[in-house]
Amino acid sequence: MKGNRLIKVDYLARVEGEGSLYVKIKDNKVEDVKFKIFEPPRFFEAFLRGREYKEAPDISARICGICPIAYQMSAVTAMEQAFGMKVDGQLRALRRLIYCGEWIESHALHVYMLHAPDFLGYEDAIQLAKDYPDAVQRGLRLKKVGNDLMTIVGGREIHPINVRVGGFYKTPDKAKFKAITEELKWARDAAVETVKFVATLKFPDFERDYEFVALRHPSEYPLFEGHLVSNKGLDIEIKDYEQHFAEEHAKHSHALHSVLKARGAYFVGPLARYSLNYDRLTPLAQKCAKEAGLGKTCNNPFKSIIVRSVETVWACEEALRIIKEYERPDKPYVEANPRAAVGCGCSEAPRGICYHRYRLDDKGIILDAKIVPPTSQNQKTIEADLAEFVPQHLKLSDEKLTWQCEQAVRNYDPCISCATHFLKLHIERE
Amino acid sequence: MPEGGESDVNKRSLALIIGVGNEYRRDDGAGPEVARRIDKLNLPQVRVLLHSGEGASLLEHFHEADLVIIIDAAQSESSPGAVHFFDAGNSPIPSAFFNYSTHAFSVAEAVELGRALGKLPTRLLVYGIEGTDFSAGIGLTEAVQVSVDTVVERITNDLKQMGSSHCS
Repeated sequence: MKGNRLIKVDYLARVEGEGSLYVKIKDNKVEDVKFKIFEPPRFFEAFLRGREYKEAPDISARICGICPIAYQMSAVTAMEQAFGMKVDGQLRALRRLIYCGEWIESHALHVYMLHAPDFLGYEDAIQLAKDYPDAVQRGLRLKKVGNDLMTIVGGREIHPINVRVGGFYKTPDKAKFKAITEELKWARDAAVETVKFVATLKFPDFERDYEFVALRHPSEYPLFEGHLVSNKGLDIEIKDYEQHFAEEHAKHSHALHSVLKARGAYFVGPLARYSLNYDRLTPLAQKCAKEAGLGKTCNNPFKSIIVRSVETVWACEEALRIIKEYERPDKPYVEANPRAAVGCGCSEAPRGICYHRYRLDDKGIILDAKIVPPTSQNQKTIEADLAEFVPQHLKLSDEKLTWQCEQAVRNYDPCISCATHFLKLHIERE
Repeated sequence: MPEGGESDVNKRSLALIIGVGNEYRRDDGAGPEVARRIDKLNLPQVRVLLHSGEGASLLEHFHEADLVIIIDAAQSESSPGAVHFFDAGNSPIPSAFFNYSTHAFSVAEAVELGRALGKLPTRLLVYGIEGTDFSAGIGLTEAVQVSVDTVVERITNDLKQMGSSHCS
């Protein structure tokens, strides 16, 4: 029957993990949208039970090879809150530095390799590279700068081994940063070029009234401290997260759906961070955003590619600032004194907030753990985007509509392995 | 033997052997096992590297030697232990052989991206060993173990021939 369609993409590419998308259209109306995550559950929260507090950063980092620092930072800050520790000065600055490394590598990968092909009509980055070799090489080199930063501070680029509760196992010598400083200056300029490059892309005219949720720090663009705030009035301490957010089981997903108890679906990630923290960006990052046509907030998820690029400018500048002011601290870490307590931590993974909560006994053994990664929090919003996007674009052929639905999912840079927890796409028109 | 990411362009060698895979996922450890065995032979001007297979980082190693040989586990519905060989300079690598992740790049994508960017080494050879068991744990299945011997021997012969032609 005309007006009824089923469009399917069994394995959506360029996302991390295994999942699918199903869109059923009946009488030109979207009847059903399911962002299905079928990657098997990974049981990390159960693995953590019975382990020592000091193992949490390295065990939880194994959840993701793209954003291990997010897990490490959420874990260490949770433990430190439990034990009443304060980590500041150069140790805190080094944490921000390694996190900047992760943002640079993750954003560069997504902007150039995963998302740009969607906008320019290429199947993948290999095809893109044939026509845009300079852009792709810029992306690869940017990614490498981020990875190199992670290696200097963290010991290696994937699953760094130097982060511990209280600080680091070993702090880098100042001389270690000499070579990368010039490369970071190149990266900052390349990130500015990246914003200009992505600003020329064509964006679907699509905006929604989202509830953005992100960390907000009194003076800095947020990484692992601050209040959890939203544009609809939420303003809470990290420790109160579970009073306001709940996880629900959805039959079609191996990842729990997160909701705000009061209002349902919400949005985490670059758009939320930017819209809630524009005033905390550096003047150069703000200038780049303005020249790219962004306002102080952005409600078009397709423009997340611009926001990621702006955040990359910020991360390069922040990294340069930290390195310039770096003095090797006397001791690489603050000693932990375990006690029976519950500790909560939250940090801004490249894809959005990553919440950890641990209950510990008096020896610092983990009694139970809760980890809420960003992709699980965005699942409902991804489905809601598609439910609204598809009816506005029913004139498109199945092929084109499928392409744009996949693109809409990739707006969120979903990391399904983190959430379970990939992507098959089914659009059904009956 | 360094793990991937620790590139050192100053140590430019005649040949670079890259074992790709995760030794904690049984047959996925075939590449690292071949690399380790070749490393023990201490062949002159041959450098050996273990690598996760993350494509963007793998690509960075292509300029470090004239001859680069990559060994990875493959999953292509061939018989267990089957040895696949690609001279990547001559033909594209089918991505189905070395599927790694839908997010990060695999070996095949790294090679094809390198080709698109004109960044392939003078010679790039890729060996794939068909695995059957990719579950969590260590140790290779028997068929893969036998093929590891075969691939080590083939690569050693390749290197010896190349070494003698280089010295002459």
